Amino acid sequence: MIPQFIGRNVYDLDDYSREEIMYILEATKGMKEINTREYKKIPTLRGKTVCTLFVENSTRTRMSFELAASRLSADVVSFQASVSALQKGESLQDTVYTLNAMGIDLYCIRHSSPGSPQLVHKYSQKPVINGGDGRHAHPTQALLDIYSIWEKLGDLKGLKITIVGDILHSRVVRSNLIGMEKLGAKVTVCGPKTLMPGNMESVYGCKVEYDLGRALSGADVVMGLRMQLERMSEGLFPSLEEYSKHYVLSKDTLRHAKPNALIMHPGPMNRGVEILPEIADNTNSVIVEQVSNGVAVRMALMFLILGGKA
Amino acid sequence: MKTIIRNGRIYLDGKLVKQEMLIDGKKIAMIAEKITEKADKIIDAQGAAVFPGFIDLHAHLRDPGQTYKEDIVSGTKSAAKGGFTAVCAMPNTEPVTDNIASVEYIQLRAKEHGSARVYVIGALTKQSKGEEISEMATMKSGGIVAVSDDGKCVQNARLMLSCLRYAANFDIPVIVHPEDYALAGKGQIHAGKVATRIGLSGIPGLAEELMISRDIMLAESAGAKLHIAHISTARSLELVRQAKERGLLVTCEVTPHHLVLTEEACATFDTNTKMKPPLRSEKDRLACVKALKEGLIDAIATDHAPHADFEKEREFDHAPFGIIGFETAFAVLYEQLVLTKQISLDTLVDNLSIKPAKILNLPGGALKKGAFADFTIIDLKESTTFNKEEILSKSKNTPWLDATVKSRIKFTFMNGKITYQDK
Repeated sequence: MIPQFIGRNVYDLDDYSREEIMYILEATKGMKEINTREYKKIPTLRGKTVCTLFVENSTRTRMSFELAASRLSADVVSFQASVSALQKGESLQDTVYTLNAMGIDLYCIRHSSPGSPQLVHKYSQKPVINGGDGRHAHPTQALLDIYSIWEKLGDLKGLKITIVGDILHSRVVRSNLIGMEKLGAKVTVCGPKTLMPGNMESVYGCKVEYDLGRALSGADVVMGLRMQLERMSEGLFPSLEEYSKHYVLSKDTLRHAKPNALIMHPGPMNRGVEILPEIADNTNSVIVEQVSNGVAVRMALMFLILGGKA
Repeated sequence: MKTIIRNGRIYLDGKLVKQEMLIDGKKIAMIAEKITEKADKIIDAQGAAVFPGFIDLHAHLRDPGQTYKEDIVSGTKSAAKGGFTAVCAMPNTEPVTDNIASVEYIQLRAKEHGSARVYVIGALTKQSKGEEISEMATMKSGGIVAVSDDGKCVQNARLMLSCLRYAANFDIPVIVHPEDYALAGKGQIHAGKVATRIGLSGIPGLAEELMISRDIMLAESAGAKLHIAHISTARSLELVRQAKERGLLVTCEVTPHHLVLTEEACATFDTNTKMKPPLRSEKDRLACVKALKEGLIDAIATDHAPHADFEKEREFDHAPFGIIGFETAFAVLYEQLVLTKQISLDTLVDNLSIKPAKILNLPGGALKKGAFADFTIIDLKESTTFNKEEILSKSKNTPWLDATVKSRIKFTFMNGKITYQDK
């Protein structure tokens, strides 16, 4: 049976079955081909309007969504909180009512509050793609990560994937855990205890390690996460130097992983903190390709949700 | 004015007994099998039960200052609809109820326009700022029944000790909402499995437990009467048990929502599941139910906390904490705890009436000759739907919005007068 996507929301990957995720990956493959053409555009979403509603700033993700919509020939409008009425105290509800009155067909939202994509859908009754809501979820990032692995290594079943860094604040990890577990990968998360949420094993069925060597042991895929300086003032770790000493992805620490382990990072990277250039730039790194795949994944989702014609 | 309540079953000493009740003026004149006296009014309570009026130790009436959320008139109407005949008003009004004039304002408004008795709780510290002791002795002479800074938990242990000693001096009970601010941080929901999954910051049980430990030790040292508001974790209950075993003057209350809901309710990002303390784990909930059954918990209190739609209709972490509670309290607990046989009907009723009365030494709580005619008539076989049109509170922030539950309040009487009547 062909999965049905028209009109659906993408809050997180828990709403999508293994088969549906595989279907999205196949669609992404097709979109990726379009992005290699000289004229990177297909007319499939002509007449549709996509709104990127970015209440939390993020230039890269917003560009990725906007490029994706443009390449499918949708009209794109962009709403940025920093230069908008939200800054003047307008509620999200009123903002969405206003945007909706302009005839939006699909919202792509980034917001610091978990659950806000659900609110946007509630107020607009239009499909919503979550572009990151607080620490909760970042399903398009997880899909592009999964696509990047699938493209290089094939079926994720049985793969050992290790994610290292600030797990506590990471929406990327949460969505990836859901998606990767659905595809049968074995995920290990690693970071200092102060940056590890409680109940990880029981909530996600993943493995938790506090020692990087053990976490990386036998890994097929290694993903680093951005370490943010502000966690220091929150009393969660003492210094970037000490963090790096114990958790940096380097040639030395990666000797525990499989020899050609795939290297990933959702960006932006702190070179020298969570990952050394020798790793970020090596031949097994797909960090730059992840970005290209991001556009393709978002194209695939928009295509499927808005019912584009192939 | 004489009224006879006929054909109902009257709650006497923990049992429903087929009796009739005569009200003469403000008081209960007689409870007997058959009353032949002539009355001005007969209430046919066929098929219903007559309970003592419920008494709520913990409510926010928002008056003065935030009357768009609730006021004394709407708040007490809502209370009467929930079977309450008396409520204790928390002092986090605007301005804070920390002086005799504010106390008298609330008392006067309630007396003239209220549909329930309103007992005033004065602030523990001036403006509840946690800096200086309030004029609690003066407020006591004006009729306050306790002092509390509620949600503004005094973090400074030295000041808290001083407040407790001062309160003990004038025999004023101190009610605390135990919360260590540093540990609670910007937490939105219980720091448990759901917080991990949905990425909202957590409020650990420790934030409550650590403060309860502190306050019990401080109250012991001060010789003060300490009442712990809306207790929510298994370990908090253990701390109260130990304090009681040591013979300390420590009591505690639990809210209806902590008895029937858990952190799982927050998974849909419904801001009507956001309150402090947060909905905890199933283990904590079960511990609360058990403690209620065993009598370790001394009362059920609603923590009725009205917020307007526009305040709750927001991103989860921008919405205010709190839910309304008067109208849902009995019915939700009756359906979810009594009908499921987790607690008995008398445990529910006593914890809503005689037991809270005892904690703050308030009148009422039992039906007997000579007592104020404060009671509520409930049909346990009918049902109630909590929709926006039916809710009498100005605010509609309840997790049970549009839920239908068993039991229906037919009448509430306060001082012998009808304060609520079902249509």
